[in-house]
Amino acid sequence: MLEIRDLSAGYGHRHVLEQISIKASEGEVVGVIGPNGSGKTTLLKTITKVLEPISGTVLIDGTNIDEMQSTQIAKKVAVVSQVISINFEFTVEDIVLMGRTPYIKGSETVEDINIVRDAMEKTNTIFLKDRLITQLSGGELQRVIIARAFAQNPKILLLDEPTSHLDITNQIDILNLVKHASRKGMVVVAVMHDLNLAAYYCDKICLLRDGKLISVGTPDQVLTPSNIERAFNIAVEVIPNEITNSLYVIPVLEPLHETLH
Amino acid sequence: MAKPGKSVIFILALLLIAAVISNTAIGSTSISLDVSAKILVTKIFESILEMTGKIFPSVTANMQANGYYPVEKTWTDSQEVIISDIRLPRVLLAALVGAALSTAGCAMQGLLKNPMADPYIIGMSSGAALGASLAFVMLLPVQFLSFIGAVITIFVVYNISKIGGKVPVDTLLLSGIAVGSLLAAFTSLIIFISHSPHQIIFWLMGGLWTASWDKVKITSVMIIFGILVLYRFAWSLNVMLLGEEQAQYLGINIEQVKRYVLVLSALVTAAAVSVSGIIGFVGLIIPHIMRIIVGPDHRILFPASTLMGAVFLVLCDTFSRTILDSVELPVGIVTAMFGAPFFIYLLRKRRQSLYA
Repeated sequence: MLEIRDLSAGYGHRHVLEQISIKASEGEVVGVIGPNGSGKTTLLKTITKVLEPISGTVLIDGTNIDEMQSTQIAKKVAVVSQVISINFEFTVEDIVLMGRTPYIKGSETVEDINIVRDAMEKTNTIFLKDRLITQLSGGELQRVIIARAFAQNPKILLLDEPTSHLDITNQIDILNLVKHASRKGMVVVAVMHDLNLAAYYCDKICLLRDGKLISVGTPDQVLTPSNIERAFNIAVEVIPNEITNSLYVIPVLEPLHETLH
Repeated sequence: MAKPGKSVIFILALLLIAAVISNTAIGSTSISLDVSAKILVTKIFESILEMTGKIFPSVTANMQANGYYPVEKTWTDSQEVIISDIRLPRVLLAALVGAALSTAGCAMQGLLKNPMADPYIIGMSSGAALGASLAFVMLLPVQFLSFIGAVITIFVVYNISKIGGKVPVDTLLLSGIAVGSLLAAFTSLIIFISHSPHQIIFWLMGGLWTASWDKVKITSVMIIFGILVLYRFAWSLNVMLLGEEQAQYLGINIEQVKRYVLVLSALVTAAAVSVSGIIGFVGLIIPHIMRIIVGPDHRILFPASTLMGAVFLVLCDTFSRTILDSVELPVGIVTAMFGAPFFIYLLRKRRQSLYA
């Protein structure tokens, strides 16, 4: 259970988040959407205590993160960022083993290795075990990073635009993995850009603009044309998608040849 | 792909032992390898006997009274002095300095994520050089002042770079270079106005000709301690190679790791520089070569660099003291003359980016 209460955060005197309150429970995928610079990544940094909040509290299973050390937080919360490039020739197994960092004292135990193997099985990366991380495709790399997050045995999984730069097959693949993890009892909070994927995968959506939460609720409640126009300054139509049984958001654009003339 | 890791460490350890033994046999006075090895064995035996003597005095006294020695003495006293009081401390000091520079270079490259990094990169060598120059001019102990110079420099650079409790890596690098140039200017000034600039210039080239058992004892404590504690940060450095933010998400206190790694690298580097002057190249190139061979995992890379650095400097130092009949070359010249072409060869052969 993750609970954020009246959280304000920022860099120096600049407030990036103001008075945010969000609750996320086990088995729930909570999407965080909003335009660039609306404070989505700052929110994730504050939850992991990488950034100290200006005011407000973050509770993990009822414990204030102020009272937790960084290794304790890393045992509860794992973060998967945008596809990162790793330029050092570690093997895939080494990278996944890094997920055990908060647990390892001295050198890794048989139990650590078993957890690592298990995380690789779940993410379908075990066949890449001995490959060099520098030689993977974007989709493979992101699955390895998710395996690393699973190896942390987290209660809470935070995702920061986990599927940007990935092709559509890999996007679906990654989000299915995440959805599955949530169904197994993880709390998932995902920053997303693609509103349609958010509508399909999230149980709850938080819409941010200029560091303020302007709407929270189910995709049906949040993804309305007026909310989206308020946040993104763009006119959209929202139509029910009968195939996926979710919503479909389309920007209302003028035909292209007219814009160009 | 199986990793060569542990077997490489084992081979390098054997190589180091072989290098120490064989290189004590080489020198201007010719002493055969077997005599030199016998002297070493006897010396080791004697010191063990001396140590056990403190615990079991009767056993030792009894053995000494019976003249119980493992090998028969077939050498002269002067040979024994040359081996045990002149060459052995020198070879050991070379091994210690090589190990220190190479390990510290490895740590700095990992911490700064910069392939140009070496133990001197954040101005430590300039601080040590200024300390040594002052010592030569004012007739003070060179070893002590160069050590202090290096330690003060790292302390100043670290504090200049500190912004709100954090030390950004790029700021650290840049302030190190700035402070380094400032101190180097002072050193040049001292050389320029000094009556006998040669001493300072030779010191700057790096050499081990002042080796003694005292120096081995003082530096070995600092260097071995520093290196072993650095090894404890191997895993944290691995994780930090993925980026500082990623490392924080995995629960690593990155500022604490930076502080410890910097202080420990500074300690071993200052200890090395204070007895050897500025020996270049070892701390830059040996870690790169070992990274090509064993990969980026500091748990293997650290000990591999330590051992290879020691072997490399022992060999270079023997070359520098034996190649010319009348004089010794500063070993800093030799390390670059051998190391640079070999490294260029590796760069070309690999045909891809070496680092990052």
